[in-house]
Amino acid sequence: MALVGPVALRRRSVSRALLGLVGAGAIGLTALLFTATPFQGVLDFVLVAYLLYVVAQTAVSYAVEGARSARNRLALTLLVSALFLALVPLAAVLIYTVQRGVQAISPGFLTHSMNGVGPLEDAGGAYHAIVGTLEQVVIASVISIPLGLLAAVYIVEYGRGRLVYWIRFFVDVMTGLPSIVAGLFIFAFWVLGLHKGFSGFAAGMALAILMIPIVVRASEEMLKLVPNDLREASYALGVPRWRTIVSVVFPAASAGLTTGIILAVARVTGETAPLLLTAFGFDAIRTNPFSGPQSGLPLFVFSQAGSAFDVAVNRAWAGALTLIAIVLVLTVLARVLTRRNVLA
Amino acid sequence: MAKRIDVEDLNAWYGSFHAVADVSMTIEPKQVTALIGPSGCGKSTFLRALNRMHEVVRGARVSGQVLLDGQDIYGEGVDAVAVRRSIGMVFQRPNPFPTMSVRDNVAAGLKLNGVRKKSELDDVVERSLTMAGLWDEVSHRLDRPGGGLSGGQQQRLCIARALAVEPEVLLMDEPCSSLDPISTLRIEDLIGELKDRYTIVIVTHNMQEAARVSETTAFFNIAGAGEPGRLIEMGPTTKIFTKPDDTRTEDYITGRFG
Amino acid sequence: MTVAAPASERLASRSTREVRRGDRIFRGLSVGSGLAILAIIVAIAVFLVWKALPAFHTSGLRFFTQTAWFPDARPARFGVAALAFGTVLSSVVALVLVVPVAIGAALTLTELAPRRLGVFGGYVVDVLAVVPSVVYGLWGVYYLVPKLIPMQRWLDHNAGFVPLFQSRNDTFGRSVFAASAVLAIMVLPIIAAISREVFRQVPQANREAALALGATRWETIRMAVLPPSRSGVVGAVMLGFGRALGETIAVALVLAASFNVNFHVFEPGGNTIAANIATKFGESGVTGREALIASGLVLFVITLGVNMAARGVVYRSTRIAEGKV
Repeated sequence: MALVGPVALRRRSVSRALLGLVGAGAIGLTALLFTATPFQGVLDFVLVAYLLYVVAQTAVSYAVEGARSARNRLALTLLVSALFLALVPLAAVLIYTVQRGVQAISPGFLTHSMNGVGPLEDAGGAYHAIVGTLEQVVIASVISIPLGLLAAVYIVEYGRGRLVYWIRFFVDVMTGLPSIVAGLFIFAFWVLGLHKGFSGFAAGMALAILMIPIVVRASEEMLKLVPNDLREASYALGVPRWRTIVSVVFPAASAGLTTGIILAVARVTGETAPLLLTAFGFDAIRTNPFSGPQSGLPLFVFSQAGSAFDVAVNRAWAGALTLIAIVLVLTVLARVLTRRNVLA
Repeated sequence: MAKRIDVEDLNAWYGSFHAVADVSMTIEPKQVTALIGPSGCGKSTFLRALNRMHEVVRGARVSGQVLLDGQDIYGEGVDAVAVRRSIGMVFQRPNPFPTMSVRDNVAAGLKLNGVRKKSELDDVVERSLTMAGLWDEVSHRLDRPGGGLSGGQQQRLCIARALAVEPEVLLMDEPCSSLDPISTLRIEDLIGELKDRYTIVIVTHNMQEAARVSETTAFFNIAGAGEPGRLIEMGPTTKIFTKPDDTRTEDYITGRFG
Repeated sequence: MTVAAPASERLASRSTREVRRGDRIFRGLSVGSGLAILAIIVAIAVFLVWKALPAFHTSGLRFFTQTAWFPDARPARFGVAALAFGTVLSSVVALVLVVPVAIGAALTLTELAPRRLGVFGGYVVDVLAVVPSVVYGLWGVYYLVPKLIPMQRWLDHNAGFVPLFQSRNDTFGRSVFAASAVLAIMVLPIIAAISREVFRQVPQANREAALALGATRWETIRMAVLPPSRSGVVGAVMLGFGRALGETIAVALVLAASFNVNFHVFEPGGNTIAANIATKFGESGVTGREALIASGLVLFVITLGVNMAARGVVYRSTRIAEGKV
């Protein structure tokens, strides 16, 4: 009557040693294959050896342990491989960018603009672009942080009913907004509609549109983590609601709020597409963000990268390194602050 | 079918936290053995060590021996998957697979073991649900999701699911603690019926429950916070509840702490 | 420090009107901020439509069928067909490449890896998400594109009977496939991070139920983890799709732009709406820019649709996970 019956607890299983042997066999066979056939290259070698190993491991497991264990082993091997495969491009991007960037960067790069630099000249730098990016990101922050924070306050502290639903829904829509569309909007509205022309301020507004939903989302999460007891304790002392929010809720959530805001800043600092349509780009130093085209670091990298000349491409790599350094410092800073976060 | 369990010098850790220390005991077949004790005394951890569910938690490990009819489940070459297949478990909160139908929930373990024929599966589903006392209530809605049943029904579904793979031992971790009194009564009756065929070990918080369902009772305790749980006393349930040997047991069952 | 007056006196002296006013102002500010967000979205739609109208007027319905892009020629000839096709094609290929990797990585982090590795994985995903797209693009052109050529050539020579793998002029390089590979790397963090959250939501009790029945780890994943996560993962993939559709700079750098409609993804060429805006904007005249705005409006509508559908799916799945449905 028993369909599956009693099972033996002890089962034959593939030992570590046997797996090692299978691995060595796969590498050996691949080496043999590479001497005998026109296969070549490190990447191909790793790929072929890996495939051989996976197949052999599954076959051995099937023979020794049976189908269920073989399937288990195969699936788990593929899952772990997926994680490694996901890490490879990250390492490749960072290592390659740092390599090329370090070769290309020079002391003058951070202190000179591109004003009057000829197309083949190995000179000039990103000073004007760094100044532009700084101003644009500050403008974006000044617009989006208060707006985003207050919108989050509304959602968490005051919001009820349809309006909250719609605000949250539109924040979602904004999160998915392609950055180029944000740029197009400011171009259509500010540059074409109001005839204000290209400027760093226009770029700041475009970046603000991208930054607002990130700030709202992060702040919303953090404000929700503040325990209600704290609010009630404050109300019980007769503190008005707005004072409670400003002097009890905000301080309690401050580490988390700062983390969210820094990450948002890091995200928009690297945005290129909106700058193209709003700041437009400019070779000389322009410190006034309110009139006339301006450069920005990502924009600088993009325009140099599009050039056919090596000197320009080198400047692009130097710029990319600078950009990565800035956003990574911001990300690490945000992470450090997260650890101090008492609520998380 | 029912097998006997001999535990020798069992210790269990979560990371560096020593949760259970030096437990040795014999669990007789075709009986209900109840494990009682205050919160954090290690009784659930001990139970989970009996079918190698303890090691599922990251960083958890076990030392000592657990002999199932003489064979150590922690021995060389023993497959944890096979151990769990022969020692079934029912959890504190009913946990049917939420996306599966009642039928698929019961058949899940059999399908894993390669039973595919519909007629065979249907037989086992009916038999297991009947054994769990649930067949009359769900026979007309086997294709509805298991999550749609009431709490007590869900727990009996989980028991049916565990019985379907025909285990030798059934471990129950506070199976009634999240149920209402009527569902609790049904499950306790069910345990009484099942003990003719299985070795049953039940962890419970509720001393009346232990008194009602078990033949043997084991009392676990901790000396203080951060200390490991130990087996204090084990014996026939009537003895443990009337004249225990250890004063700590007496203090616990008379409600002086816990 | 002033000595506190008796409570009754304070109640009287401290005008509740003043308190109310503070509350009203603060509440007004926060409601205003919420409304400002609504206004911005509405303004985006309104201004894009308004400034795109002249372009629609010039090209008429052919805007949706025409593949060429000569908006500043006399007479102007331009349409979004090739661009929209290229946008969707490159994003779909990217998803095909990335979805198994992202889901596999997320499963490894939640189901298999020790906790420390899981935390490290979180850092890595953060960093991947914050690397600017222009850096991915630059890396794509100079590092990835040459690396992909041998593989594409091999597939063309050995499986070229499939149009997807065939390059009719035997050249490879800055192709839709290369752009898709870069897109795949860029959307990997989003899909992996959301999937990871979705898998983490699966109660441990589900896994234990499967393990206690004698399931292997893979069987546990298939039985207990994947079924309740399905719609959440679908949502994650769709959000990744939305991101890939709108990605601009990396694609603009990698693709050798051309305006054609075919499935030969290994051939250099192809284009997307977003990349076309980035590359053509500087050199465009008045009509050209209006045409670009019109194409941007199409992109806006497509991504809006995809994102709304994705949010719907994710929202529903978290409600299911929380047992509310």
